[in-house]
Amino acid sequence: MSESAKITMATAWLDGCSGCHMSFLDLDQRLIELAEKVDIVYSPIVDTKELPGDVDVGILEGAVSTEENLQVAKMFRERCKYLISLGDCAVSGNVPSMRNTFDLDEVFDRAFVETVQAQPGRPTESLPTLLRTVVPIHHVVNVDLFVQGCPPSADTIWYVLTELIAGRTPDPTQITRFGA
Amino acid sequence: MPGPPVTTAPGVKVRVVTLKINEHDIGARETDSILDVAQANHIRIPSLCFLEGLSTWGACRLCVVEIEGYPRPVSACSTTVSEGMVITTHSDRLKRYRRTILELLFAERNHVCSVCVSNGHCELQDLAAECGMDHVRVPYRNQPYAIDSTHEMYRVDHNRCVLCTRCVRVCDEIEGAHTWDVKGRGIECQVITDLNQPWGDSSSCTSCGKCVQVCPTGALVKKGTAAGEMEKHDEFLPYLAQMRGNQ
Ligand code: SF4
Ligand code: SF4
Ligand code: SF4
Repeated sequence: MSESAKITMATAWLDGCSGCHMSFLDLDQRLIELAEKVDIVYSPIVDTKELPGDVDVGILEGAVSTEENLQVAKMFRERCKYLISLGDCAVSGNVPSMRNTFDLDEVFDRAFVETVQAQPGRPTESLPTLLRTVVPIHHVVNVDLFVQGCPPSADTIWYVLTELIAGRTPDPTQITRFGA
Repeated sequence: MPGPPVTTAPGVKVRVVTLKINEHDIGARETDSILDVAQANHIRIPSLCFLEGLSTWGACRLCVVEIEGYPRPVSACSTTVSEGMVITTHSDRLKRYRRTILELLFAERNHVCSVCVSNGHCELQDLAAECGMDHVRVPYRNQPYAIDSTHEMYRVDHNRCVLCTRCVRVCDEIEGAHTWDVKGRGIECQVITDLNQPWGDSSSCTSCGKCVQVCPTGALVKKGTAAGEMEKHDEFLPYLAQMRGNQ
């Protein structure tokens, strides 16, 4: 297969713990096989700064929790032909959404005042604006495939990617579920 | 609440009827529910509030089936069979309805399976997987519900409750304590102990743990269980129900 025939792929990590990306790296030696068929053009695990304008497969980990997350989700939707919600945070809000039942002020105080010993206090800069409620990716943009799991196993990710590469539509519900 | 499952008194004649479920010809007693007959013939119909050994409640609607000639789907647990019925258990419409019911259950309270004590041993979670519910299309309500940890051994987390009333029925019909009940309507609906007092203060609870074992989700759990550790065992129930019935 020539270089140009490779599928391009981009991944981003929104409000999640990076566990889904770790699970992706758990593909271990299968990463080499994957690299023969896929070009990762943008991701926390490669050194590109800009999401290209036309990507085949976009993968988002994490829920939409901040204004910045929202921008990234929209940008991925615009620039990726096929968008995957990877992991429970992306699919359901999961743990990040547990703040939704609290007032935002309580959340800030908990994170930056009550549980901090050195210099407690809310930071005034470099803090992305929090959205009032954490929502799954598909509540802000259309998503083509949902892959549940916290995190989805490497085998699940492998199944999804190899099916896509083979031109089929994967059905991950048979091998993963919420909380898996 | 309807009475306990129908048992045939000696000497009472029960007619046998013939019907079709998913194209299979089946013979059944006229007193059986569609769900009974399906289960006896190894036809799986998803259900949540139903539990063998308890009275039929018919609240969750997951066991909906189509009967030829009926204008709308009916719940298999609370509909008795009759001669010549032609039943479909898994049409595209029924699958869509079941999925929607599950989505509404997940959206109503705060289910975060990855940190739930029942993760991996939960009937709601299993049903979502079985019915292909891989995401929730409606907005999550994000309402905070209380957790009552006052009981010495058990805890109720209303965030995980699906209002199946299995706890209410087992405590009333099998244990005979009737500690549990239901208050409120619609989204205000909640299971309560005694007259909405903390479970730990209950004078009627015998601490038998039956409610915990029959609860399908992580709503009723043993204290001291961490994420994924709460396994339930409700196999005892049909036996106990039979013993109670014989008394
Ligand atoms: S009760 Fe079941 S569905 Fe709800 S969070 Fe726990 S494991 Fe998930
Ligand atoms: S522990 Fe037993 S008596 Fe107490 S509420 Fe549960 S079923 Fe009823
Ligand atoms: S506490 Fe458990 S058994 Fe009782 S109604 Fe809620 S989900 Fe059902």
